[in-house]
This record gives sequence, C-alpha cells and structure tokens, in this order.
Amino acid sequence: MLEKMKEIISEQLSVDADTITENSNFKDDLAADSLDLFELVMALEDEYSVEIPAEDLQNLLTVGEVMNYLKEKGVE
Amino acid sequence: MKTVIIGTGSFAPPRVVTNDDLAEVMDTSDEWIRTRTGIEQRHISDGPGTTWMAAEAAKLALKDAGVEPEDIDIIIAATTTADNCFPSAACEVQGILGAGNAVGYDVSAACSGFIFALHTMDGLMKTGAYETGLVIGVDNLSKVVDWSDRSTCVLFGDGAGAAVVRACEDGDRGLMCGRIGSDGRKASVLACQARTMGNLLTGTKPEPGYIAMEGQEVFKFAVKKVPECVESLLKSAGTDMGDVKYLVLHQANYRICESIAKRLKISMDKIPMNIDRYGNTSGATIPILLDELNRQGKLHRGDRVVLAGFGAGLTWGALLVEW
Repeated sequence: MLEKMKEIISEQLSVDADTITENSNFKDDLAADSLDLFELVMALEDEYSVEIPAEDLQNLLTVGEVMNYLKEKGVE
Repeated sequence: MKTVIIGTGSFAPPRVVTNDDLAEVMDTSDEWIRTRTGIEQRHISDGPGTTWMAAEAAKLALKDAGVEPEDIDIIIAATTTADNCFPSAACEVQGILGAGNAVGYDVSAACSGFIFALHTMDGLMKTGAYETGLVIGVDNLSKVVDWSDRSTCVLFGDGAGAAVVRACEDGDRGLMCGRIGSDGRKASVLACQARTMGNLLTGTKPEPGYIAMEGQEVFKFAVKKVPECVESLLKSAGTDMGDVKYLVLHQANYRICESIAKRLKISMDKIPMNIDRYGNTSGATIPILLDELNRQGKLHRGDRVVLAGFGAGLTWGALLVEW
C-alpha cells in the first residue's frame, strides 16, 4: 500500500516519491496546504472507493496515519 | 427560436481592498490568500448596494446592445443579497432604468444564479412571449460575510454583471443548450441564514445571518460536479471541449478552477480568470467575466463558449453558447 500511496501523493502534491515515508507529515514535510489535502482526499477516494469526511481529515497528519485510517475502512 | 446575447455590462464598487489591507485588520497574509485562492484584491461597497451595482451593470449592457430601457420585455436578476426582502432587485432596477414595459423578478441560486437566470430566460424566450430580456447576476456579499471568520471573509467581493438577450430566428448562434441541477440534501455545507426566527411569540428580535462554509465539502462538490455537468452538456450537444473556446467558470477559487481543468483534461488557457481582481462575487462572477471577454474582443461570431457555475443549494449548471 505504501508504494501506491507514494505514487498518489507524489502526483497530487508534486513531490518526489522517494522523499515520502510513512512518517512524512503532509503539512510540515510535504508542504501541503488545506486545498492540496482536499485534492489528495479526492484522489484517495477515487482510488480506494471510500469516503473520507472532512472531520476525519483533521486527525490524518502523516502518510502512516492515512494508511492506518484506510486499513480501518477495510482497504487492503 | 434562439436566445442570443447581444450586449454585456459589468460593474464593481470603486473601493478596492487588497490582501494587505485585510492583513492589517485580521490574522492573514497576502501570501496565504494568494496561494490558496488566487485572490489579490476585491471590490467592496462602502455605500450603495445590490440595486445600485445591478443598475450600473445593466446600463452598460443596454448601451453595448444598443437597446433602450423601454424595449426590455423582461428582467431576471440572480442574487442572494438583494437590498430588500421586497421589492425584488429586478423591480428596483426596472424602476431605475425606467423600463416600463418589462416584468422583473429575482431568482435565487447563489453562485449558480446567473446560469439559472439565463437558462430560465432562454426557456421563456422560446415560448415566444418575450423578445428582449435583461439578465443580471449581482451580489453584495460583503454585508453577509462574517468578518471575524478569516477562512471565509477573505474570499468574497461585491459586483454585478449583466447581459441583454434577444429572441432570434433559429440560426447557428445563441444559447444552444443548458443543464442545471441542485441537491438540497447538501444544503448545510454552504449557507447563509437570512435572519433568525424572532417575533411576537418568541419574544426575541431576529438577528442577521452570515456565511458559513465547509470548505472541503464545497471543494469536492465543485471539482466532481462541474466536470460531470459540462461533459454531459457537451455530449448532449454532440460536441466536446475541443470545440469550445472558453469555459467561463464561476470564480470561487483559482485552485478549484485548476482542478476542474485537470478533470476536464483541458489547459487553463481555456479558463479565463479574473478572481485575482474581484474575489468571489457569487452570482456576478460569470457575467463579469463574460463582459470582460466581450469588451476585450475575445469573442467572435461562431466561437463556442461554455458558462458554468456552482454554489450554495447546492446548485450547479452549465450553458453552451455560440457567440
């Protein structure tokens, strides 16, 4: 899942995939602002057929947290 | 019968408020606003409101069209910030113009308002009941913005745009087709209460309401719904974005427009922008932009243009116009 996540994140946030790790913080490490995160949410929703409501986004600060969140939603 | 746009006009109050001006009175910055919205300044009224702006835009549109006020048969104004609960903005504009032979009324569809009004006008024109119409998109959002909410107040501005239309014999020009939609189940994600309940029975005085927005929900809605609507419109017209010169898109946020362009697989060159100068003027963004294109001589006979809006309701719509 990390590889796929890296691919999506690097495309949406225009960052080098190699710099992305599970510990990458979207705002601090990947320089994403709130609108970048909206774009990323939409890309993840399309990719994994899940819905990520706005209130959940507040708790998703790192790549690893998003992966855990998606796993809890039943994404393999 | 086809509805043809024969003149355009637009107007914004002279007072300009820059991002730096806002940064002086609230915790924000030019950099923050520009990178997240594309807005650099907005016009804000410090005096007269909706009717004044609407009438000024209308006068310019009539002049552009070479139409006299008494020749107007119908005026439809799209606004959610009329100066009064009643009379309507359209009736007030009618009074100012002296358009004694017209009927005037307002439609409410927030940022999609101009699309809804023009689509409605098109339907009425096709009945043959009216020959010359005036469609106005106008909003004075600065009076309903919560100036203590820095996440929303920086987004909006005041302004008006208008178009004069005429029913013409079927030809290759005019409004080709339109699509409008709404989803009231999502009404709460972008809302502005008129005024709270309060009367003899409650013993309280009504308080004015202010704009409240769930940014992420609005963003997702716009970026998904607009491309879907535009694609379905073009498909029904047997055409595609390749044949369209401009997508005149509601100016809510530069980055929403970019995302929509990406989803439609078109270059931003096809999406004229003026949000940097006006901010989001709600129902006025599309007719102001259309007027700018018209006055810059960028619209030529035969050019195909899609007008598309989205906003509170939730509402959305798109119209295909051949100039």
